[in-house]
Amino acid sequence: MAEAAVQEGQFEAMVHPHLDYLYAMAVRLCGNRAAAEDLVQDALLRAFRGFARLRNREHPRLWLVKVLTSSFYDRLRRERRAVAAEVEVDEEFDLFDRITEEDPFPYSDRVHLDFLDLFDDVKLIEVLQRVHPSPRVALILAYVYGFAAREIGTITGKPLGTVLAWLHRGRKQLERELWEYATTHHLLTPHVEGQR
Amino acid sequence: MISCKEAVARLWTHLDRNLGGPQERELEEHLGLCRHCCGELEFARQARERLRAPAAGVEIPPEARERVERFLERLSEKD
Repeated sequence: MAEAAVQEGQFEAMVHPHLDYLYAMAVRLCGNRAAAEDLVQDALLRAFRGFARLRNREHPRLWLVKVLTSSFYDRLRRERRAVAAEVEVDEEFDLFDRITEEDPFPYSDRVHLDFLDLFDDVKLIEVLQRVHPSPRVALILAYVYGFAAREIGTITGKPLGTVLAWLHRGRKQLERELWEYATTHHLLTPHVEGQR
Repeated sequence: MISCKEAVARLWTHLDRNLGGPQERELEEHLGLCRHCCGELEFARQARERLRAPAAGVEIPPEARERVERFLERLSEKD
């Protein structure tokens, strides 16, 4: 029992500094704070159960991210949402070209950057939710948190080729969703929206 | 030389440093001659930055932190 108590103390001490990080990632994965909190609790329970087997306890962040990601996939399965289904992407859609063609900011000399400026953190989280789960996980890990493709492979348990394919599909879908979001939420000028 | 379509398809992978060998050289050759794709490259770079920027912006709210910390305590008590 004494050993178990030591383990518990170690677990709390190890996890505590990473709570904000895990919560922020969970918000991006789930899209809202209530679901994110549930996901963090799921992940903590899972991590606690696996803690005795963890070797490298001095740098646990990658392991905690792996646990959080696995818990996220479990939640999707419980909600009967497709996790690994093939994603249809519109390979022809190019956001840069679309912005150039539509020219939503005719008086600007930085039209593409003006487009990106339409999206604050809240809107970006909303748009990310529209991306299919597996590519979304890859996008969030790569671009929000800076994990390399090989690390994402370790986190998700998938080969590098799968991760690179997710990143490609995720980017294409993200481009399309950014444009759709901007038009459907009337972030662009009426002139452009009228041409959709 | 590769087409603009092919070059654009490789831009993010190039920024991720996941492109290599001949694919990287072909892209660099294309970017050296194509102003349009240089614009796309800069846009892709800015879009990546935009995704990264807010990562630190979401903090666990105090009441949620309290609940999570209580959960952690309960986990320890259960064992």
